[in-house]
Amino acid sequence: MSDSRSDILALAEERKALSVEAPASGLRRRWQVLLWSTLGPIAAILAAFVVSGLMLLVAGFDPLFAFATLLRGAFGDLRVISEVLLQATPLMLIGVGLAVAFRSNIWNIGAEGQFYAGAVLSTIAGIYLGMLPAVVLVPLVLVLGFVGGALWGVLAGWFKVRFGASEIVTTIMLNYVAIIGTGYLVTGPMIEQAGTYPQTAKVAEAARLYRFLPPTRLHIGFLLALVFAVIVYVLLFKTSTGYAIRAAGHNQTAARYAGIDVERTVLLAMGISGGAAGLAGAIQVSGLTFRLYQQISPGYGFTGIAVALLAGNHPLGVILSALLFGALRSGSEVMQISAKIPSVLVFVVQGLVILSVVSYGVYQMKLFGRLRVAKEG
Amino acid sequence: MSDDVILRMENMVKTFPGVVANAGINLEVRRGEIHCLLGENGAGKTVLMSTLYGLYHADAGSIIYKGQPVQIRSPKDAIRQRIGMVHQHFMLVPTLTVAENLILGQYRYWQRLSQMERAKAEIRRLGEEFGLRIDPDAVVGRLSVGEQQRVEILKALYHGIDLLILDEPTAVLTPQETSQLLGFLRELADKGLTIIFITHKLEEVMQVSDRVTVLRDGKDVATLNTAETSPRELARLMVGRDVLMEMPERQGEPGEVVLAVQDLCVENERGLRVVDGVSFEVREREIVGIAGVAGNGQSELALALAGLMPIHSGEVRLNGQVLREWTPRQVSQLGLAHVPEDRHGMAIILPFSVSNNFVIHSFGDEPFSRHGFLNFSRIREYAQRLVREYDVRLVSVDDPISSLSGGNQQKVVVARELNREPRLLLVNQPTRGIDIGATEFVRQRILAQRDRGSAVLLISTELEEIFHLSDRILVMYEGKIVGEVPPDRSLLDKIGLMMAGHRAEA
Ligand SMILES: Nc1ncnc2c1ncn2[C@@H]1O[C@H](COP(=O)(O)OP(=O)(O)OP(=O)(O)O)[C@@H](O)[C@H]1O
Ligand SMILES: [Mg+2]
Repeated sequence: MSDSRSDILALAEERKALSVEAPASGLRRRWQVLLWSTLGPIAAILAAFVVSGLMLLVAGFDPLFAFATLLRGAFGDLRVISEVLLQATPLMLIGVGLAVAFRSNIWNIGAEGQFYAGAVLSTIAGIYLGMLPAVVLVPLVLVLGFVGGALWGVLAGWFKVRFGASEIVTTIMLNYVAIIGTGYLVTGPMIEQAGTYPQTAKVAEAARLYRFLPPTRLHIGFLLALVFAVIVYVLLFKTSTGYAIRAAGHNQTAARYAGIDVERTVLLAMGISGGAAGLAGAIQVSGLTFRLYQQISPGYGFTGIAVALLAGNHPLGVILSALLFGALRSGSEVMQISAKIPSVLVFVVQGLVILSVVSYGVYQMKLFGRLRVAKEG
Repeated sequence: MSDDVILRMENMVKTFPGVVANAGINLEVRRGEIHCLLGENGAGKTVLMSTLYGLYHADAGSIIYKGQPVQIRSPKDAIRQRIGMVHQHFMLVPTLTVAENLILGQYRYWQRLSQMERAKAEIRRLGEEFGLRIDPDAVVGRLSVGEQQRVEILKALYHGIDLLILDEPTAVLTPQETSQLLGFLRELADKGLTIIFITHKLEEVMQVSDRVTVLRDGKDVATLNTAETSPRELARLMVGRDVLMEMPERQGEPGEVVLAVQDLCVENERGLRVVDGVSFEVREREIVGIAGVAGNGQSELALALAGLMPIHSGEVRLNGQVLREWTPRQVSQLGLAHVPEDRHGMAIILPFSVSNNFVIHSFGDEPFSRHGFLNFSRIREYAQRLVREYDVRLVSVDDPISSLSGGNQQKVVVARELNREPRLLLVNQPTRGIDIGATEFVRQRILAQRDRGSAVLLISTELEEIFHLSDRILVMYEGKIVGEVPPDRSLLDKIGLMMAGHRAEA
């Protein structure tokens, strides 16, 4: 246990050492970096397709057909594309939030629980405050979702600040509390009138998000996620609050020395990342499912970690990586169904794509130093 | 003659975007000698040695090692060639033990267990052989800086090397540790090891080296036999002019008391009383120097005054205000500026740009922030002004501060703190790692700050520095102030005794 932890720390140190090198100044160099950072991931994805294609071939499937269905499932027509965007929406919100936490060096593993906390609060409002007009109720539902997740996150932050409890442990435990708590609510106090399924009643019409591209299910929650990413980007890189969060994340001792209230930045970062996950929960309920049930999240909170890390914890990068994950998710569903590829192999394909993009990221870091370094402002 | 040349670097060129760090350097090192590399901050010493160690790839030039042209692409290649390096900033993992650090990144997982035992035995053996005693199971983060340095050296020796590079190893050491280290290096050289040694301290060059190569602006300007040169000549070669260390006379008399410390006690995290009933005052227009062997409570005293370590008992009064549980923010609002001793750990944020590092205390205040938004152009202008004033060598203030040479990073810290017009200036090892020219400049700025009315508390393990700057000297030993002396060089022996624990006779 302690050994694997020290290995991780060693790795973290190594990463730090790497990040310290080579600033990217000079126009030509900037272009070079830009070129590599766009072509690179594409090449990485192609490489993953080649490798997983070989595996499919060995397993007796037609890889070209399989990938054709995957692509069709991700980009085939408007409906399919809209599904990708819907899949990407919660991942984007959660990933952006986690980027804030990770940048302040807080390992929030609790986005899943924070998602549930937000979903619960907003469902309650959506069901019981149905008499309110949509202009009031929709914002209220969203705000409550954010607040629910933020409180869940701040709770873990408070444990850390007050008792020095590791947020990795507390956030994981709070996941269980939130998920099991939701299970209790949807099978007991909040179960729908008919009582056949363990789920709540539908939220009021006035609590639902506007679908702007009928007949698709695409709702304004997707646009909200984009806006949210931009807001967080500005917050992190253009404001003094963001400066404090990043400073505390890079070097807590220096932050203290500089007069930054490090405890406050911990609570703040947990609040923002929890709030983002809670907002994702609220948007999922009010935009898509209209009700709460136990499996409302297929692990968005955990996938969100990969989304954030793949984006190098950059809020704008998260937009792209969430779209990639969204496309993989919905594409592979289709691949599974139409090309009859067993789900295990589908996971292998997904895994290889993610793995190769991540390894490219590491490779690129060695090549150029982190892009981010130059952008630290 | 030529077969006792172990290393020849020819016409080494290394550029970074916007800077030529090495502009065609030639270096010839003989087997078994201690060869000093000398040069101003940013002259290219670290880059040249990092290239030799495989951390950077030269743009041009060739390395001939043991008579063969070699390509060194990574530290692993270097180790294979039996070259070891101790870096300017330690590269140890603080959470691991000494033995774990030694084998880190070298072996496969399944080999680690067996290697661990070998490592421990080897650490003990080397310890015996060279008197570098260190506990292989100690966690590195808990060791003193001097001990960590030994671990770095052990780490290099562990792999079995013929050439050892040391980048400013003495910058963080006390004079005692330094003379120990120099003696140890001599011993290693006598056993046939070749050593390349980087330092800014000319006495060390004179004391330990066989030959010296001086770098200036990325070129080698001279290679000399140490016996045939003088500190004065070396200084002139390095800086290109005479460095006069004469300090101006003090203007005016000390004024009101700015800092009053009464029976201050500080305990470290293990509950040991590291500052034990200390009382003193610092007045306006006065520099009080605290001398002492490192580890006698000076660091903790500084941290407690800066609000970075809790005060256990006693009273500290800054500008007449008594504060018990003060935060760094409060103390700095009362007019304290603080140059901490731990540059990388506390004074700067490495991945941040140079300009962001200039506003580490004030990023949230006007004019650097407005309505919560950072004003980048103001921050940049401010940084550029100080960079010019303090002659910080860099390409752009937008580059991460980690791309600056060690001494230039220190200049940023000193410039930032001095420019805050403090009531109390607390400086701990202010000239650590900076070259002689810049040292002179920084010292003059500290004196100027005093003459502008600041109270200055100077902590330094270098007696030289204490004598140069202080108006009064307090000697600290085992957490207590054991005496006060005027800065009179004839009292040097007396201070030495006091630093070793002998009380001043009243
Ligand atoms: N990774 C880097 N990226 C960009 N510039 C760099 C990098 N490393 C060093 N430089 C630049 O190269 C020049 C030489 O730096 P170097 O670290 O070799 O100086 P030095 O002689 O070791 O100085 P010091 O005595 O201050 O340690 C400096 O101008 C420095 O800013
Ligand atoms: Mg250097």
